[in-house]
Amino acid sequence: MTLELSDDERSIAAGSRGAGAAMALRIVADSARLLGAPRLIPIESAHIDGALYHGDSGTIFAERLVDGDATVSVRATLNVGALDLMGCSRVRLEEPARGMARRMMEAYRKLGCEQSWTCAPYQAGHRPERGSDVAWGESNAVVFCNSVLGARTNRYGDFLDIACAIAGKAPDYGLHRPENRRATIVFDVSALPASFLGSEIAWPVLGSLYGREIGNAVGVVTGVSADPGEDALKAFGAAAASSGAVGLFHIAGVTPEAQDVGTALGGVAPEATIHVTREMASDAQSRLSTAGKTETIDAVAIGSPHLSLAEFDMLENFIAGRRLRVPIHACTGRHVVSELDRAGRRKALEELGVVVVADTCVVVTPILSDNPGGVLMTNSGKFAHYAPGNTGYSVLYASLADCVESAVSGKPFLTELAR
Amino acid sequence: MNTVGGEVLVAGLGGAGVGLVLTAPISFWGGIDPASGRVSDVRHPEHGASIAGKVIFLPGTIGSSSASAVLLELVHNGHAPAALILHEPDAILLLGLIVAREMGWPPPVALRLDRGNFDRFSGRRVSVTSDGMVQVEA
Repeated sequence: MTLELSDDERSIAAGSRGAGAAMALRIVADSARLLGAPRLIPIESAHIDGALYHGDSGTIFAERLVDGDATVSVRATLNVGALDLMGCSRVRLEEPARGMARRMMEAYRKLGCEQSWTCAPYQAGHRPERGSDVAWGESNAVVFCNSVLGARTNRYGDFLDIACAIAGKAPDYGLHRPENRRATIVFDVSALPASFLGSEIAWPVLGSLYGREIGNAVGVVTGVSADPGEDALKAFGAAAASSGAVGLFHIAGVTPEAQDVGTALGGVAPEATIHVTREMASDAQSRLSTAGKTETIDAVAIGSPHLSLAEFDMLENFIAGRRLRVPIHACTGRHVVSELDRAGRRKALEELGVVVVADTCVVVTPILSDNPGGVLMTNSGKFAHYAPGNTGYSVLYASLADCVESAVSGKPFLTELAR
Repeated sequence: MNTVGGEVLVAGLGGAGVGLVLTAPISFWGGIDPASGRVSDVRHPEHGASIAGKVIFLPGTIGSSSASAVLLELVHNGHAPAALILHEPDAILLLGLIVAREMGWPPPVALRLDRGNFDRFSGRRVSVTSDGMVQVEA
């Protein structure tokens, strides 16, 4: 299929609105051609994952757009950067990388993006309407936006997200089209005991399994009797988008495009049904850990995706005023930090040994002590996936309750999975 | 047959290097070190290998939407693969090459080729032309 651009789009690509807008439109159009999209469609918002420093190239790119007088034409929130601009935690990024990371964050501000600096923009007031077309980056935000909000986005890679936000357009392709949002695979968890499904680790563990089994297909989870809540869905999506290329999931009776399994499947028989067994869930749980048997832990990290205020409530309840022997790095956005600060809660947590990390997180920039071979405990399926490669720590995966008990005692405390 | 033709996904420079066939899907962000091109995902079967200067064969890609940023960085810092051969197009990854071209940094060519063709190139010196011919060098 050949891409047809409108006269207006062709003129922008040729430079009628400046060099930055032209480059953005050409990137959107080139991507559309690669995808086989017939046209571009208007978008209502964007979430930009491109402001995280991976090397100088990203900074040079963003500054090229700024120099070309580009600005975003739709609401655009920013995902995490490489620095904690709130000054809650100390980022060990050294110059010259530190200066380049700051320049990059500044360039995205100049392009007109909101200084949200969170991977959970959907809990920071950016919640597009069901059925609206948007261009979101950050794999967990994409999957939440599609699955839980019912807005329509593809998995926009770094650079295409900001290019779409400047152009106000995206390729008409993939999950923007209703026919591609139908589930083709059933992921049936009805054989799992209620004690497991009700446990705190069920959703990140199942998400990790789901992503590995489903890859980039659209699936519908069946056998879930009650809405597990937004933070559980957030954890499920984040884990699924780490182990697979998941952009959209449905949960029958829970998510907006899956009133029931038939609706999610669009009235068509599924291509496959995955019957999840206790053994599969248990195996998925053990695969999240890479640390062997250990008597000590070196750090705890939570908050991937960024913690909500409700998750801070849970953290405080589990800690119950006890001092920590091992620090808990609690990653969150400034939207939550301001709420915590209003009631003096951040200071109280910090006095007990919690390190609040704002605007960024421990797997995208060096915050954890430099300790190759150290053991990191986490309740996040996404941290479990990325921490070994990005931090050099091995991972011990556990519930939040177990993470807190372990941080208090300094020794791994693991409750046996309810079978 | 030691030559096969692939479909050009993103035009770029032809190149030559040792064929590295990845045996599992990979996330470039969190899976490839952007400074060196080394496979950093400890759970990946090719953990420790480097994609810099290699002709890489990808059965699939997963994970982060920052794959494009990692590939752009590899092009910019001189640690990009000599060519990329994908079983199926990955718009996020290939975006890194599209942006490199916009920035005036010549990217390596990226081709689509069925993964059934991959094994014959593993560990051999492979050349890839800008119009999509993949060949084991004599």
